[in-house]
Amino acid sequence: MRLTTITLAATLTVAGVATAGTVAPGDVAFDEYGAVEMSLSGAAGDAVNGEKIMVTKSKGNCVACHAVSKLSYAPFHGEVGPQLDWAGDTWSQAELRGILANAKKTFEGSVMPAFYKVDGFVRPGKGYTGKAADGPLDPLLSAQDIEDVIAFLMTLKEE
Amino acid sequence: MKIKALTAIAAVLLSAPAFVAADEDAELIVNGEIEMVTKTAAAPHLEGALDEVLSGWLFRADETQSLQADDFDNPGMIFVDQGMDDWGTVDGSEGKSCASCHGDVEDSMAGIRAEYPKWNDTAGEVRTMAQMINECRVDRMGAEAHGYTSAKMARMEALISVQSRGMPVNVAIDGPAADMWAQGKEMFYSRTGQLELSCASCHEENYGNRIRSDHLSQGHINGFPVYRLKNAKLTTPHGRFKGCVRDTRAQTYSPGSDDFVALELYVASRGNGLSVEGVSVRN
Ligand code: HEC
Ligand code: HEC
Ligand code: HEC
Repeated sequence: MRLTTITLAATLTVAGVATAGTVAPGDVAFDEYGAVEMSLSGAAGDAVNGEKIMVTKSKGNCVACHAVSKLSYAPFHGEVGPQLDWAGDTWSQAELRGILANAKKTFEGSVMPAFYKVDGFVRPGKGYTGKAADGPLDPLLSAQDIEDVIAFLMTLKEE
Repeated sequence: MKIKALTAIAAVLLSAPAFVAADEDAELIVNGEIEMVTKTAAAPHLEGALDEVLSGWLFRADETQSLQADDFDNPGMIFVDQGMDDWGTVDGSEGKSCASCHGDVEDSMAGIRAEYPKWNDTAGEVRTMAQMINECRVDRMGAEAHGYTSAKMARMEALISVQSRGMPVNVAIDGPAADMWAQGKEMFYSRTGQLELSCASCHEENYGNRIRSDHLSQGHINGFPVYRLKNAKLTTPHGRFKGCVRDTRAQTYSPGSDDFVALELYVASRGNGLSVEGVSVRN
């Protein structure tokens, strides 16, 4: 685990320098367990912003389904998904990136939405209007949003 | 890594199923006399999906629950009174009211709500109660159709539902209704919208769990029309479906469309055995 993280950090730095570009939703490379090694934005994540995204209804809205003790200041945590208090111990960055980009690649048939996916939907709507989408969809979260959320999740560890 | 993922899944499975409400054994007796079945064995067609069917009433907070136990407290009952006024009011070119043909609503409409949506031989298709009301208005009274989810439609449905309170939902799924029922079933399990959620994602896999501030029920319509405290008015089944589909970031279906009629037929049949509760109270 620790080893993976260190290797990954190294890869990230290299990747950041080498590409400094954003991976498009269609180009995300999942490994056979659903993990994604490469940063989606090419930049490091900002945990402070990641925390904000998790509690913001119009962004990640993660607390609608997950309880997170550290975010207990935000009202109404859901119980649809597991508590995320130890996500940073349980999962590597690459695994978390995969879960966020498309959780169905890690958990088959998951009800967790794919946050970095733009096609293959049935009756896609225009946001929450109930009307048909009138153009290509944006992913639910941007590449950098996802890197930010990962950075925050990595801080969720047993003391 | 693989092992970790499996453990995580196991943990989820373990924590998911058992439904724990604050008062799972709460009983609903309306006006001290109508005993409601809010929990019963699931119909055979739900084998493998649900063992027990639970009324949405069980999932509501104590205060909301108690509003439904007495018609004087139930804010939805005022619409039943309005529906009663409409029942006797002449409307349209034929100079008729509902009462002209159907007489006393308490006799003629008892048991109707429990069986709808229902195959209609004359029309050669499955009809909802709302469609029957509009058929009578347009074809038999020469009056204008009510908007499918309008306040006037909702209160007429409320009046008719109340005549079946306490009777078990008993929607037929076989015979000529079978095709439409199958279509509705497929819809119930289809994941729609950018969130890729089906009715089952929330109302079968996650009932009993909280999603944000809401306590997820099994999504039955035995309580419809429902009075919602949130907007202080009645909501019809298709109005509710529309909101739930919209919340998956999908393009919804239109109220009264064949799609929603099929979905209503299927959803209604999942509640077979529960009591008709309409007008119920929800948040
Ligand atoms: C609609 C509900 C829903 C939403 C919204 C949601 N998740 Fe999930 N999430 C789940 C479920 C259910 C699981 C369990 C995996 C499965 O499906 O078996 C899960 C699993 C996870 C896991 C793995 C947890 C573990 O230890 O097994 C992480 C991490 C996670 N989600 C993070 C997030 C983050 C971050 C967000 C917001 C960007 C989010 N989730 C939004 C439902 C949701
Ligand atoms: C001119 C006579 C007439 C009037 C007026 C009339 N109906 Fe009807 N109604 C009928 C007939 C006949 C049927 C049976 C139709 C069928 O089964 O196809 C019926 C069927 C129904 C049904 C389905 C009942 C069942 O047994 O399945 C409902 C509900 C209903 N009417 C409601 C209303 C309402 C509400 C009004 C007033 C807005 C109304 N009707 C006015 C003649 C009338
Ligand atoms: C993202 C989760 C979600 C999805 C997907 C969803 N619903 Fe709901 N639904 C809710 C919530 C939350 C409520 C309010 C609390 C409750 O009764 O579950 C609700 C309520 C209902 C109710 C009212 C139940 C009552 O007793 O008052 C019905 C009926 C219903 N949904 C049907 C459906 C149908 C049919 C679908 C599929 C088209 C669907 N829902 C999809 C979340 C969802």
